[in-house]
Amino acid sequence: MCVGVPAKVLHIEGFSALVDVMGSQMNVGIIFVPEVKIGDYVIVHAGQAMSIIDEQYAQESLEEWRKLVDARSDGSLNT
Amino acid sequence: MERITLAHGDGGELAHKLITDVFVSTFRNERHAKFDAATFALGTHELAVTTDSFVIKPIFFPGGNIGKLAVAGTINDLAVVGAIPKVLTCSFIIEEGFPIRHLKTVVQSMAEEAKKTNVAIVAGDTKVVERGSADGLYINTTGIGIISHPLERNMDEGDSVIVSGSVGDHGVAVLVARGELGLVSTIESDCTSLYPLVAKALEASQRIRLMRDPTRGGLATTLVEICEDFGVTIELEEECIPVKREVKGACELLGFDPLYLANEGKVVMIVPKEDEQAVLDALRSQPEGKDAAVIGTVRATNKGQLLLRTPLGTTRRLYRLTGLMLPRIC
Amino acid sequence: MLEVTDHSTLSQTLLQEVKTLADRFQQTFGRIPSFMEVCGSHTMALARTGVKKALEGYVRLISGPGCPVCVTDQVTIDAMISLTDGVNRIICTFGDMVRVPGSYGTLMQAKTEGKDVRVVYSPVDAVRIAEQHPHQEVIFLGIGFETTIPILAAAVKEAEEKQVRNFSMWMSTKLVEPILRQLLHDGEVALDGFLLPGHVSMVMGRKHFEFLATEYNMPAVISGFEALDMLSALRHLLLLSLEQRAVVLNDYKSVVTEQGNVQAKYWMNHYFTLCDEAWRGIGVIFDSGMDFKSEYNQFNAKVKFPIPTREPRRTKCRCGEVIRGLIDPPQCALFGRACTPLNPIGPCMVSSEGSCAAYYQYMREE
Repeated sequence: MCVGVPAKVLHIEGFSALVDVMGSQMNVGIIFVPEVKIGDYVIVHAGQAMSIIDEQYAQESLEEWRKLVDARSDGSLNT
Repeated sequence: MERITLAHGDGGELAHKLITDVFVSTFRNERHAKFDAATFALGTHELAVTTDSFVIKPIFFPGGNIGKLAVAGTINDLAVVGAIPKVLTCSFIIEEGFPIRHLKTVVQSMAEEAKKTNVAIVAGDTKVVERGSADGLYINTTGIGIISHPLERNMDEGDSVIVSGSVGDHGVAVLVARGELGLVSTIESDCTSLYPLVAKALEASQRIRLMRDPTRGGLATTLVEICEDFGVTIELEEECIPVKREVKGACELLGFDPLYLANEGKVVMIVPKEDEQAVLDALRSQPEGKDAAVIGTVRATNKGQLLLRTPLGTTRRLYRLTGLMLPRIC
Repeated sequence: MLEVTDHSTLSQTLLQEVKTLADRFQQTFGRIPSFMEVCGSHTMALARTGVKKALEGYVRLISGPGCPVCVTDQVTIDAMISLTDGVNRIICTFGDMVRVPGSYGTLMQAKTEGKDVRVVYSPVDAVRIAEQHPHQEVIFLGIGFETTIPILAAAVKEAEEKQVRNFSMWMSTKLVEPILRQLLHDGEVALDGFLLPGHVSMVMGRKHFEFLATEYNMPAVISGFEALDMLSALRHLLLLSLEQRAVVLNDYKSVVTEQGNVQAKYWMNHYFTLCDEAWRGIGVIFDSGMDFKSEYNQFNAKVKFPIPTREPRRTKCRCGEVIRGLIDPPQCALFGRACTPLNPIGPCMVSSEGSCAAYYQYMREE
């Protein structure tokens, strides 16, 4: 019940948006993310978009993890 | 439990219990219960016979309809026991008020599907029931075939487990067609006859141990049954199991696991390791088998457990579906 | 420098990192670290991805009160199920409630016996059903934590705007902060930190959990739900524990902000107000849930359809101890024997977020 799913916003109409989750589409409410734009990714839970995913932070996490892999293979890890 | 619930029909734990407690215990003939079709000798021929009923809702879905399903489903049950499908019967239970043009479409699909594998539909029956029963249309088909390639049935440590393509397609296609979540998707059922595909595989290897078509309950339930019935331990590699991206996405939204969703055009095979490549090539040479992949290995010929190795390297055991309520999907 | 795009390599590396840090913790403190995860979805994800198993002997992950159905007390569950006794009603619910064992039956049994019980994915769907059936009363079972409460509000908003008179909701919601305070106050389980729920935090904000550090000196990390996310969060938790730094860290910044979702909080507080809630195995906790403000009584099913409370059937179910992290599911004598997902004695075994269900499905050894 807690887990939300990331979905891409394709179309907005009033307080509803058409989103795409890896090829399947559905309508969700957007009253909690009124500033959402087409092309944004949102977390969907029980028919409502609850948060706009900040791509930059997602990228930063990936970079942080990649650095760990590199550090391990370099043998230079110093946690 | 005193009454039948929908969970008794979903191919999982409860369904298995029902079959064991009510049917097999009364009818006996347990040795046939392990296979998709029963085989028996008639004179010098070894024949295979199987039956299946189709109550799918909705009747028309992306990739097919109840008729195509009824023919392909029974042909497939014959094909996976190494039989050449020869004849089919079909019984129709039709709800009062069902449009005849829909019936014609369904029957047309059945004729087309049967023609693909040179199967003759030779006998049938029709019943009509009051409005409110039968959800439009129910179909039962019974098929008879001649065994051309008796299967080995004894598995060895090191044998490869192959699936002929992506899993979960049919289950998701039907859930979407039923309007679950208001999802719109391009996912189509994989409903198709497997006979030509299976024949190619049997030509490539004379030592295929076992084949099954993983319908209700999905790939996982089918493999759990194989492990239990034949007392083997199989380990699957989670990352190797082919799942279409759209199916993954829909499953995340719907809260389902593709390993437990029905397939209507896939076959799982256990083959000796040495024959793995030849079988893969044979499967991939056909359009229905283009995504065929090795998904696991027989680890031991005891214990009867199905295991799954996660991308993280840990292993967990897979069991039958436990009481998950799914709508009628086959 | 390696160019790595492979997620499984990333997760395996992170796993090694976590194990290395856990070893260091063991060397420093003479025991393995214990962290509590407070979200049923984390419990499920940790089990399904194999993270929990991979860390056996390195990190002790204790499941907490993260499943909204599991923490609901039996009297409330029985009351909700007995709503089906009324005539001319359609009971709508999230899928989770359908097989939860009541003292006198389940919603699934009521459905088999011909009662109109419908599973919906979104509470707004229940409002639509009410519009389609104007002569029947539609009651939605409103269960959930802070992730779901705004969504319940959205349904009420829809009903109010469309002037739907035959829709009401039975609120049985729980809040995370009060139960964390209760667990820390009771001190029944020794903990080194918390893995915080990513989607409750999405609504409430990182700042909401700051009290764990400032008042209870506990490190805590907000985590997402993929294996990578959870391993990353555990790594941060270990670093904080090793440095003995009580900090509440947001490791799910792509989704969680400092303040949370302002709109969601607005609507939650527009229709609902804090109320006392009874928690399974604990009892009543002050201001630990939300219910309708009195000016919205027309949507409050408890007001429209009062149910007399009945004494629940006593069972040997130990869900109350499981949700407090006192025992692991296999320690309950009923686990896997009298209590299975097919034949559950308590909600933990049958909920999609239940600890016992997670254990049974993903971690059972036979």
